[in-house]
Amino acid sequence: MSVANSPHPSAEACAAEVLARHGQDPHALVQMLRELQAEQGWLPRDALGQLAAGLGLTLAQVEGVASFYRFLHLRPVGTYRVLFSDNVTDRLLGSEALMADLCRRLGVAPGRVGDDGLVSVDRCSCTGLCDQGPALLINHHQVITRLDASRVAQMAALIRSRVPVTEWPSAWFEVQDQIRRADVLLGEPLVPGTALAAALARGPEAMLAEIKRSNLRGRGGAGFATGTKWELCRQAPGDEHIVVCNADEGEPGTFKDRVLLSRFADAVFEGMTIGALVTGARRGFVYLRGEYRYILEALEAVLERRRATRLLGHDILGREGFDFDIRIHLGAGAYVCGEESALIESLEGRRGTPRIRPPFPAEHGYLGHPTIVNNVETFCAVQRIAQHGGAWWAGIGTRKSTGTKIHSVSGDCERPGLYEYPFGTRIGRILEDCGAKDTQAVQVGGPSGVCLSAFEFGRRIAFEDVPTAGAFMVFDRSRDMFEVARGFAHFFAHESCGFCTPCRVGTALVVKRMDKLAAGRGSRHDIDVLFELDKLMHGATHCGLGATACNPLRDTIAKFRPAYERHLKSLYFEPGFDLDAELSIARRMTGRDDAGAHFAEHSA
Amino acid sequence: MSGPTLPEGEDAFFTLDGEDLRFEPGDTVLQAATRAGRYIPHLCWHPDFAPHGSCRICTVKADGRTAAACTTRVTDGLEVESNTEELNAQRKTLLQMLFVEGNHFCPSCEKSGHCLLQATAYEMGMEGPHFEEFYPDRPVDASHPDILLDFNRCILCELCVRASRDVDGKSVFAIAGHGIGTRLIVGGPSGRLGDTDMALSDRAAGICPVGVILPKRRGFAVPIGARRFDDRSAADEVQEEPTCAPGRSQALIPEPAKGEGSPASAPGRSQARMPEHAMRRMAP
Repeated sequence: MSVANSPHPSAEACAAEVLARHGQDPHALVQMLRELQAEQGWLPRDALGQLAAGLGLTLAQVEGVASFYRFLHLRPVGTYRVLFSDNVTDRLLGSEALMADLCRRLGVAPGRVGDDGLVSVDRCSCTGLCDQGPALLINHHQVITRLDASRVAQMAALIRSRVPVTEWPSAWFEVQDQIRRADVLLGEPLVPGTALAAALARGPEAMLAEIKRSNLRGRGGAGFATGTKWELCRQAPGDEHIVVCNADEGEPGTFKDRVLLSRFADAVFEGMTIGALVTGARRGFVYLRGEYRYILEALEAVLERRRATRLLGHDILGREGFDFDIRIHLGAGAYVCGEESALIESLEGRRGTPRIRPPFPAEHGYLGHPTIVNNVETFCAVQRIAQHGGAWWAGIGTRKSTGTKIHSVSGDCERPGLYEYPFGTRIGRILEDCGAKDTQAVQVGGPSGVCLSAFEFGRRIAFEDVPTAGAFMVFDRSRDMFEVARGFAHFFAHESCGFCTPCRVGTALVVKRMDKLAAGRGSRHDIDVLFELDKLMHGATHCGLGATACNPLRDTIAKFRPAYERHLKSLYFEPGFDLDAELSIARRMTGRDDAGAHFAEHSA
Repeated sequence: MSGPTLPEGEDAFFTLDGEDLRFEPGDTVLQAATRAGRYIPHLCWHPDFAPHGSCRICTVKADGRTAAACTTRVTDGLEVESNTEELNAQRKTLLQMLFVEGNHFCPSCEKSGHCLLQATAYEMGMEGPHFEEFYPDRPVDASHPDILLDFNRCILCELCVRASRDVDGKSVFAIAGHGIGTRLIVGGPSGRLGDTDMALSDRAAGICPVGVILPKRRGFAVPIGARRFDDRSAADEVQEEPTCAPGRSQALIPEPAKGEGSPASAPGRSQARMPEHAMRRMAP
């Protein structure tokens, strides 16, 4: 190892320990990198080289993985790493001014580490605390909710006096569940083991039949029939089958899974165990998004209790040969890992790039094993179906969209939080219940979903009308919908995995156009180009991220066109650069600054 | 996913732009089309490697649904549209995206005339960048005695990553970063090619479809008129030599004979005529 690049003194020992803890398994690389960073604060190159050597990989391969994840750092980021949640709902609550204030108080520029190496302040994608924002993430571990000027001022003082985060006021770390309307999922809590006992009494085939009878569709957004997915996996040949719970709740504006995991973890794990019963899996994973690191210990404690009470482990509930256990894998800041094949790549210790499909995970998933990947809420529904039967579930909601759906309501309303309704509920009803007034628009399903304007509030939540993965962001008439769309454009560009041309370059080009419009330099031509990019990305991308990246753009241009046209400088072409500024070098060289050395603003 | 099975001994057919073509079981659309001597524009696909699906240039409509031809399996009766105004316009836009993302100055690039990106852009009638250039700042790596790396031209096809890992067994290259910051990186403690065991005879050294991986001291050795795409276009290549298609000549032309018997490096290619499409230069 080179002396010049010598890392933190204990980095070497730390890397060795991490390697040993994971049995030098290259599939655990993302976990190793997270753990190494948790100790070191960042990932020194020599330590990466040590991991590479221990895992039989090249340094470039390890660096390639580490640099993929937004929460892993190849350069020092300070003793304190402060990340402001940058969802539009945080912005509505004033996050930008608070971040500017913190930066000013600490004397650091956004995204830069101060000269003393003490602190860096930056933005991150939505932290899933939209109903109690503005929020921030500190050292990729704790979250702070309900930020205001006084918390920011105190925080700056605590950081400057180097007070450890664990000694900060505990009220700052309070995360509330805010369940506003409960139905069959958020109502009565599960008595651990009862749903599983019901499933065991039915047996795997009959349990699968109940799931199919229920017409349950995946709650992650795509709405694939859960019974069909499980049957495909069950029938797929393989030495081993795998159950994965997708808890990478990254869609901005969605936070229902956070509450389900915090308050109903038994229901989630029980649903997964029923999945194992049906598919014959012996191993399960929860892919928990890095932003939810703070609930890891509580989840581990629930798993431990379930093992102790024979709800996990060997011979579950005394049924000989029914073995299943669950491990939690922490993500590291990558929205695309919510896509199931990208999630599996990440689980295997690689960059979270979506796979070529088919084959689908149900046939060829984790390490090639048949794998079911389901949303947190889907597993919660499964345990209810085990208890009450498929016909009961199918009797709730609409014919094509059975059961209930949990909505994460945030934005301009009096009572943000979780609202559970049967499918088929009117948008307007949800707006009334949450105390939304003078509503201009609702973004249903997050940025990749649909933006509805007032004339559409009679539409209903259902796969056959307005499908949703759970986000419900409300905007009143004071909001600029162009700025909302611009925020989403930045989100997609930030989260693109970079694999395919149209998404990698297209999302960056969209940002350039939107920023140009925001700077007041736009013309009709720019809107035409945005339409062109939208059309291309809808058909040509490798996965759904790119395909849906222009959805907010398309909806807002169509429905709120005046919001865009307010930003147009002219109806004709406008260059993306400032002609007069381009002359500044010539002015400096000639020593001129008279009127003739300036580009006269021509009348548009 | 898979089409109806056919009685044994009967050929299976699909249609490409209205023409019936045979295919082998397991073929992707791009494989079957190439075997039949039909050109579907592509950059990241190579017949010797598993499909990758990143450039999206080969996007077609298969039974009306857009899909990458390199990753879509052919099924009996599948109707594929490829050479349509709409799809070619989309390809041109994707090519323009690749051009503005990197720094592609064809007139001064020694890969000019051998470059699949340039040839495909000609093929799709691309006349300008359309979008504003990103002008990324990517230093070149000249640390290796025999090979120069100019990352400015990388289109992230990962052919070098795959060749180095799967054929050479060296894993010299990897992909790092994300989004528009995605980039090709080199292994070894310093991250420079000179510190790796890469050799000019490696498969990875000759696989780059654009001008990133270049052998030193051979720049502009082939005169204009004798370069890979001077004589015939990217489409002509596939039509004239369907069975081996692009595989043979991805390697930089002036490479010393390696006994691969690659038809493209065989003598006898016209050196006199400079066709119209080679006269047009990409604007810097």
